[in-house]
Amino acid sequence: MNNKAKQPPKPLRKRVAVWLAHGLLAVLAFIWLIPIFWVVLTSFRGTQGSYSSTFFPTVYSLRNYVKLFTDFSVFNFSQMLLNTVIIAVANCLLSTFFVVSVAYTLSRLRFRSRKRLMSIAMIINLFPGFMSMIANYYIFKMLGWTNGPMLRVAMIAVYAGGAGVGYHIAKGFFDTIPIALDEAAMLDGATRWQVLRHIIMPLSKPIIVYTLLTSFAGPFKDFMLAKVLCGPNKDYYTVAVGMYQMLEQEYIDQWFCAFAAAAVIISIPIAALFLATQKYYSVGVSGAVKG
Amino acid sequence: MFKKNNVPLDTQITVLAALKNGSAMVALSAVIWGWGCLVRKQFAKAALFLAAEAAIIYYMITSGVERLSKLITLGDMEQQKIWNEEKSIFEYVDGDRSLTILLYGIVTLAIVICAVLLIRASVKCAYQAECLYKRGKTVPSFRREVRDLLDQKLHISLLALPILGVLVFTILPLLFMTSMAFTNYSVLDNKLVLFDWVGLDNFKRMVDLNSSLGQTFWSVLSWTLVWAVVATFSNYILGMLLALLINWKEVRSKKFWRFCFVLTVAVPHFVTLLIIRQMLQPTGAINVLLQNMGLIDSPLPFFTETTWSRVTVILINIWVSVPYVLLQITGILQNIPQELYESAKVDGAGPVVTFYKITLPYMLFVTTPYLITSFTGNINNFNTIFLTSEGLPRAVESTAGSTDLLITWLYKLTIDNQYYDVGAVIGIMTFVTLSVVSLLTFRYSGSYKNEEAFR
Repeated sequence: MNNKAKQPPKPLRKRVAVWLAHGLLAVLAFIWLIPIFWVVLTSFRGTQGSYSSTFFPTVYSLRNYVKLFTDFSVFNFSQMLLNTVIIAVANCLLSTFFVVSVAYTLSRLRFRSRKRLMSIAMIINLFPGFMSMIANYYIFKMLGWTNGPMLRVAMIAVYAGGAGVGYHIAKGFFDTIPIALDEAAMLDGATRWQVLRHIIMPLSKPIIVYTLLTSFAGPFKDFMLAKVLCGPNKDYYTVAVGMYQMLEQEYIDQWFCAFAAAAVIISIPIAALFLATQKYYSVGVSGAVKG
Repeated sequence: MFKKNNVPLDTQITVLAALKNGSAMVALSAVIWGWGCLVRKQFAKAALFLAAEAAIIYYMITSGVERLSKLITLGDMEQQKIWNEEKSIFEYVDGDRSLTILLYGIVTLAIVICAVLLIRASVKCAYQAECLYKRGKTVPSFRREVRDLLDQKLHISLLALPILGVLVFTILPLLFMTSMAFTNYSVLDNKLVLFDWVGLDNFKRMVDLNSSLGQTFWSVLSWTLVWAVVATFSNYILGMLLALLINWKEVRSKKFWRFCFVLTVAVPHFVTLLIIRQMLQPTGAINVLLQNMGLIDSPLPFFTETTWSRVTVILINIWVSVPYVLLQITGILQNIPQELYESAKVDGAGPVVTFYKITLPYMLFVTTPYLITSFTGNINNFNTIFLTSEGLPRAVESTAGSTDLLITWLYKLTIDNQYYDVGAVIGIMTFVTLSVVSLLTFRYSGSYKNEEAFR
């Protein structure tokens, strides 16, 4: 599309249109980037308080970052990070196993209740996820899992347990691998497991990596579930809940800049993960359309 | 793709046919599970069946029957004080807890369903073995059947754990919550420990325009629908325009522009949403900036006035979601088969005609399911509301604010106010709304029917 060769001069109207297009893009990009820019600035602001009268800080310092990892009086940020990482690792292994199994089965194997299972999954997806989450909360409360170390197990269970119904993107990927590969292998006497193990899996690294990375990022991004399950258990806060608490009325004055620093710390790895998985994302979405 | 197999797969056998055509052995298998297998010397399988039967019968006798019977009343014994003569003190005797009874009752019902499924499996299995035996063929050994789990029945092995996960952590909780909608489990009248079935009372209260609950429900529902429609289409249209603009062949450094927008998607949503909320506070960055510049005298009422608040959350949602749409539509734009454009060019079509005849129809076809999921997502868009406006502004006597969606209202009703029965009704109502809107569209959209059209 980008034609780099010398072109004849364009008519004036077209040149104006091109300038306008670039100008519009610049304005839009500015609107979209300014809050992010502002957070980065705030994270280096030397003065405390939830607002400042100037857009650019008057004093720059690193103390907000230092505070996050040294001041444990109210919020223990390192503990929150550790909690989130533990949950994220467990979630990404379990979820990926569930999602890839379901997606592969529904995409490449044919059995009697296949369509019915897909319809059931669709119906489940129509229930607000929040509803099963609250019910899970009651159940875990009855079991006494909402206090103490079992809280982690409860969170992992809720994150990963129902992951199987979110198979669409991975199925879209498997749908694009030609079915002729399977048929050829089975003519040669391969079992379906061997087809999966030796033919499809090596071809599916992108979608496995994609699922691993997105499910790893899940607990870092999720707010709702962690908030409901953790309740007042500060020791088990994930970063999302902890950062939400930093903006509560009683802490915001002391912790707002630290919140900005935390936002920067969390966003860099998550953004990197996202940019790494981005190309699979658009492929998966357009692929998911196929069923 | 199936290899033609002489062995009848058990999926081809119906239970009725098995009971009609099979011998007494088959019928007996419904009572003594695995009996048919035992007769045909499938010992390992028979042992598994019998063990399952023994476990279920043991459970039903020791606690299952009692739990099922308690499910009818949900318990009626309150905590009691009993005078203990020997120690001369009052001792507390635990009363019934309805929530526990309800949960255990549902679990027991699930076990009963399991038992029915196992009976069917046992009968089918017996009949299949009998058919093979009569035709003089060997009955498959246990080892062979296990091996088959990696071939003909691979779908069973692959789906077993994921389905178990969904059953335990999604379907069971959903049933549990749904059943609460038919009780009076609520902080009202102190029904938190012992509660009863009330039938459809909660639903009646909810749709009754004369009760305060009904009025809140209808206003929240209509705002939820308005929100979902406006949010979905504003994102879709603006995202499409932006994608087309960046895709225009005259625009330089496309990658850079895309990166600018994608960066905002990459940052976790809760972070950006909390930041925007902070910026829009009466003493937040935007108001301070505007006041310093002398443009306004008093802070703008972003979250304190109904109309302002509603427009603000929709704008925030545009800010959050347009980059997503941009990402997806860019992928689709690049996937449109180039032959279409070339042949259009040969036929002499201009850019406008090409857009209306090729780009738009293709995109609508491919993105219809996306539009539906996006609509669903917006109805359930908890974060955008909860982390920015928090549903505000809210009238004092109401439990929902004027930007509250059904889902955030559900949160407030259950977590903050302990109106669990009404909360469950809201959950069901959300489900009904979503089903009505999307199930029909989904079933009749082209891409659901022609699932394999692109292979």
